[in-house]
Amino acid sequence: MNDGRRHLLGMSDVDDTDIERILETAAGFEDVVERDVKKVPTLRGRTVVNLFYESSTRTSSSFELAAKRLSADVVSVKAVGSSVDKGESLKDTVRTLNAYKPNIIVIRHPQIGAAHLTAKWSDAHVVNAGDGKHQHPTQSLLDLYTIKKRLGRLKDVKVAIVGDVLHSRVARSNIEGFQMMGLDVTLVGPPALIPPGIEEATGVKVSDDPESMSEADVIYVLRMQHERMEPGQNFVPTLREYARTWGVNSRRVRPGQVVMHPGPMNRGVEIAPDVADSGASLVEDQVEAGLIVRMAVLYDLMNRPSIGTVIDFRERTGEWGAA
Amino acid sequence: MTRLEMIPADKATVVITGARLLDPVEGLDVTAELLIVDGVVAQIGDSVERPEGARIVDGSRCTVLPGLVDPHVHLRVPGQEYKEDCATGSASGAAGGYTTILSMPNTAPTIDTGTTLEAALDRAREMAVIQTGFLAAVSMDRAGESLTEMRDLAARGAAGFTDDGSPIASARLMRRALQYARPLNLPIALHEEEPTLTKGGHMHEGAISAKLGLGGWPGIAETLMVARDIRLAEQEDARIHLQHISIRGSIEEIARGRERGVRVSSEASPHHLVLTDASVRTLSGNFKMNPPLASDDDRQALIDGLRDGIVDCIATDHAPHAVHEKEVPFEAAAFGVTGLETALPVLIQELVEPGHVPLATILRAMTEGPCNAFDLERPALRVGAPANLAVWDLEQTWKVGDKPFKSKSANSCFIGRKVKGRCLLTISGGQLAHDEMDAKGLGVVA
Repeated sequence: MNDGRRHLLGMSDVDDTDIERILETAAGFEDVVERDVKKVPTLRGRTVVNLFYESSTRTSSSFELAAKRLSADVVSVKAVGSSVDKGESLKDTVRTLNAYKPNIIVIRHPQIGAAHLTAKWSDAHVVNAGDGKHQHPTQSLLDLYTIKKRLGRLKDVKVAIVGDVLHSRVARSNIEGFQMMGLDVTLVGPPALIPPGIEEATGVKVSDDPESMSEADVIYVLRMQHERMEPGQNFVPTLREYARTWGVNSRRVRPGQVVMHPGPMNRGVEIAPDVADSGASLVEDQVEAGLIVRMAVLYDLMNRPSIGTVIDFRERTGEWGAA
Repeated sequence: MTRLEMIPADKATVVITGARLLDPVEGLDVTAELLIVDGVVAQIGDSVERPEGARIVDGSRCTVLPGLVDPHVHLRVPGQEYKEDCATGSASGAAGGYTTILSMPNTAPTIDTGTTLEAALDRAREMAVIQTGFLAAVSMDRAGESLTEMRDLAARGAAGFTDDGSPIASARLMRRALQYARPLNLPIALHEEEPTLTKGGHMHEGAISAKLGLGGWPGIAETLMVARDIRLAEQEDARIHLQHISIRGSIEEIARGRERGVRVSSEASPHHLVLTDASVRTLSGNFKMNPPLASDDDRQALIDGLRDGIVDCIATDHAPHAVHEKEVPFEAAAFGVTGLETALPVLIQELVEPGHVPLATILRAMTEGPCNAFDLERPALRVGAPANLAVWDLEQTWKVGDKPFKSKSANSCFIGRKVKGRCLLTISGGQLAHDEMDAKGLGVVA
């Protein structure tokens, strides 16, 4: 099926040209959000549905605000307090919301592939705002924007992605997005939290030596995702030992390095407070970039349909089967 | 003695003309006529009798094969008839050229008592169009804690014992089961999975799972249990049958066990012989099964194992699920795929046509292999044998899913795929079970 709709389901849905265009569009929105009246009429009369099955602060608020800044009508549906509580299936929820004929559906879901199914079951453009441990493409775009703004370039920037890669959709999107833009990526963390096969799958370098962070321009710290770790897994013996070994603290960060974190932070675990609040930290820059980059993504999906690739996972693989 | 049940009906009297008769186990490969009288193969020859009232089937361009035997089917009886039942499951088997199927006891309730087993066999007698048997559970509720009354279950016709769907985690219970089953001389069929290693797993662990973020299921989880159970069976001098083997290391363990004389049979599924974890990139629930699709190296080892006889059975693990159990995000999808209607056509297309495995080897693994493993009468194109056979158009190419499935469920991992060979007519236990000769226009004379 190829009905001309474009979706942003994962970083494989964009190429370097798309990324450059989206980052340029985002830069153009910088002054909009600084104005007294922080609104442009770009999406007036369009409807954006935010469907959030997982708790979220920055992603849900920035998508909602991004759509409002573009003058879209916005409906935000949270799983808690909706029919989802009553056991409604994802398909039925999506079909119900689709009846309102939204132009864009933004979905976050704890399970992998939920955004792909939403694209299949609705007539809207779909943006994946995080599907389990799989993808979170707007996070990668805003991280690229942040790095480019601070360092002035993307190509050959050395990034160490540190910590719980296994459970991280942010890491999966960033490995793809960073490599696409020519950054040099190394994964650093305890062996059990680096997924077996990731080197073969992506070509990244992998290290369990915390010292290898010292060579990076950017230390990208991942959150330890306790909530996704079953008791008895023993990925690391204790958080104390993790923090002492792989935690990013001021002794670890050398001058000239910058530190990023997708949030929410476990202060004192993967990142020490003295680093989080230091001048090396780009955490607030990331949040600011989140708003304008998401504006750019919504704008791009609605207004540049002739540009970039028509994104349809099924079309590209031809293997969806009947499910 | 294993009970096989089907609807008691009139025995067929049929003449099949002009067909190639192919039964590698019998050493038969001729173009001849075949006469079935009252459900028994009565004559094979250049020109057989034409009894009054016989149906004459024009088999030119067709091949008659012995009926296939599937030792691993989920008919979902009792209790999960919204997925499949004895009528639809057996019709699905008949449409795939099967004449005997064995159904698994992971039902609701579990087939773990004599009365439940008899109720399931009674359903087959009321509804099944091909010969249908059942395995009973090894442990009550398949909970892995206490043994079922295996002697009672054997006396009432269980084809063997299995906790399929789950491994037998406790080595102690496994040992006791082998000791207790040994005098019954029925195999224990094993779903090999070390459960602490597979917890949270949704697909084979490797580059694809790393990329997708889906919980990885390490291949070693199967191999460890295969190694344990071959050693236990050796120690207790018992028979085991290893279900749906999928990993290279497991094949190596079986080969070593065989060399030491351990009585171990094993099966591979068409999906593990043909597909790999690369298919999971689609995130379609139709590629989710237990064990998961593994690497291409594992697949090559299975193919080699099939050719060398280490894998002596092909079993579909036909596992029907309703649409709402599959059309959900991958992690929420149920494990399992259907397979009866596509098994031989998929294998002909993917293994025979490219020259990887001879058709004769595949037919042996779909007839002789399972019959040896479960002590069943082997379907044979032999005068005097009960008619368990199917008429195939081995040249016909078709696309899976283009015609509706006979199964109640459509969760096939081969939908959209081109396959080769179509079963046109099936006779099981001497009774007509499947018939699309008319639709094919191959001429039913009388």
